Amino acid sequence: MNKSKFLLYLLYYGKLKKEKMKNNWQEFGISNNQIIQMYKEMLLIRRFEERAAQEYGKGKIGGFCHLYIGQEAVAVGAGQTLREDDTVFTAYRDHGHALLRGITPNEAMAELFGKYTGCSKGMGGSMHFYNVEKGFFGGWGIVGAHPPLATGTAFATKYLGKDSVTICFLGEAAANQGVFHETLNLAQLWKIPIVFIIENNHYGMGTEISRAFSGKELRYKGEVYGMEIGRFDGMSVVESYKAVKIAVDRARKESLPTLLEAETYRYRGHSMSDPGTYRTKEEVENYKNIDPIESLKKEIIETKILSENELEKINDEIKILINQSVKFAEESPEPPIEALYQNVYL
Amino acid sequence: MALLQIREALNAAMKEEMERDSTVFIMGEEVAQYNGAYKVTQGLWKQFGDKRVIDTPITEAAFAGIGIGAAMKGLRPIVEMMTWNFAILAFDQIMNHAAKARYMSAGQFKVPMVIRGPNGPAHMLGAQHSQALESMLAHVPGLIVMTPSTPYDAKGMLKSAIRDNNPVMFLESEMMYGQKGEVPEEEYLIPIGVGDIKREGTDVTIICWTKMVSVCLEAAEILSSEGIEVEVIDPRTIRPLDEELIISSVQKTNRCVIVEDSWPFASVGTEIAKRIHQNAFDYLDAPIEIISSIDVPMPYASNLENEILPSVQKVIDAVKRSLYY
Repeated sequence: MNKSKFLLYLLYYGKLKKEKMKNNWQEFGISNNQIIQMYKEMLLIRRFEERAAQEYGKGKIGGFCHLYIGQEAVAVGAGQTLREDDTVFTAYRDHGHALLRGITPNEAMAELFGKYTGCSKGMGGSMHFYNVEKGFFGGWGIVGAHPPLATGTAFATKYLGKDSVTICFLGEAAANQGVFHETLNLAQLWKIPIVFIIENNHYGMGTEISRAFSGKELRYKGEVYGMEIGRFDGMSVVESYKAVKIAVDRARKESLPTLLEAETYRYRGHSMSDPGTYRTKEEVENYKNIDPIESLKKEIIETKILSENELEKINDEIKILINQSVKFAEESPEPPIEALYQNVYL
Repeated sequence: MALLQIREALNAAMKEEMERDSTVFIMGEEVAQYNGAYKVTQGLWKQFGDKRVIDTPITEAAFAGIGIGAAMKGLRPIVEMMTWNFAILAFDQIMNHAAKARYMSAGQFKVPMVIRGPNGPAHMLGAQHSQALESMLAHVPGLIVMTPSTPYDAKGMLKSAIRDNNPVMFLESEMMYGQKGEVPEEEYLIPIGVGDIKREGTDVTIICWTKMVSVCLEAAEILSSEGIEVEVIDPRTIRPLDEELIISSVQKTNRCVIVEDSWPFASVGTEIAKRIHQNAFDYLDAPIEIISSIDVPMPYASNLENEILPSVQKVIDAVKRSLYY
């Protein structure tokens, strides 16, 4: 995003933000406890990934490692709208979504280390986290290819007469893939209870969205199929919750899909090997100034939900969890060679 | 025993399995109201309704993927591809998702589904509608690949495929849907990975599947009149391959001809030949012959098409070469 676009962004969302700065989240059914929970979750993801980056630098983690830092509010706000029997799909930038759906920091870090105690027993790695029992369905590496799978799970729950729903996260660059459009068409045609959330972090690897997408706004991709659409400030966990809640309710109660666009930003490169030279430091700084975690922290203190000391305590607890996860990962065994031949077929 | 066409045998398999298990459903292009482009799903929509027999728009990748997702969540989809040529659009879903979901998740997912449709050279349809893709599918660990050659096999194999907990790629021959054969009234299953001896013989083993079985049986008849008794082996399942059946036949006859109507480069035939070399090298009295289609895309003109495909005469010649006639 160039400077003028960023200013527009501030104008658009900043105005809205000020209006609800005296927090009115209770009006939307969000309790103070939920706010604290969302703060904890965002911080957990942030600290987990900062540590993952360090361990990657030390050579403890291999392959591709795509960090979610900056985008936490999208998954956390959305995650709070879900029930335990709901299903979440995302692409390869999946650590954050996974930590929200039953994968412990230990299991996540161990997976990054390629250990048998990992959430995919060392068979998946960073891009392929799964906890099927808790409804985290991955973790998929082919850009834009997982939306049909996600739609299939929602199709199945509807077929079986259940009222659970699926959220499918994808990046804005993935939304250019043909199969995503095919899927939107079918999801609307068959009234599938699913919410697609395009996390628009403005860059598909190093390509800024204006060089990849000829349309006006991403959400209109849904409109052409008659789908309900929406757009929200993905740098605000409350805004994320509010927008996704409406869509999740629509899916659950009316069995209808929604396409949402979350305006967000990743602070780090596309993956660990990307220094991010295609954007200015100023641009990154601008976003860090509206950091979702810092913003929420401020609001929590201002509204006296928790004191600064109490928030610091949360931070310390999370640090301990993360340290433990690294220790756990280091001490865990590698997968046995026999694991190679397991689970190719059932 | 009833005399059924292959399309009727496949239809009966789906009907029975849908009656047996409410999680089995069919989707694909023209499968419901049109009764199937090749009439394999004839009558199923009428019997089972919109919920379980679903017409899709022409979006192979999306409906294959939706089938995979539905299988991950407890259903047993049968995804019909109007032809396997069009399924190429869905190969990412098949190769990267159906085949790998279980492995990448360390066994957390199961993907019990069947993707089925016509495969192989047809007649005067040109390059894009006339190709055999079994080697591409069989290349991928995680997929099961089956291809029946008779109505009896078609029914028993498809029923097993529907009940299996893995993604099964079920390749039917476009040219054989009308072929008739006897099918028992009572229920039976043909297990995955079990081949069949289509004709017993002592002199040369011929290994072939789907449409090539009838070509080879015809060649066998002619050879028999000349005093040469060939054994015709149909593996039926391409992956996992019934290696034991193939090896034991070659150990008996000491000679082998493989016949396939797909291209020769990195084909199922070359894989079978490799396995015979590894496991029965000392038994061979002649080099293994492989008759494939000629290594070019399929042209339209009938005479050129005939030139490309394995024929009875080509099979007879190969058998005689292996006998040093």
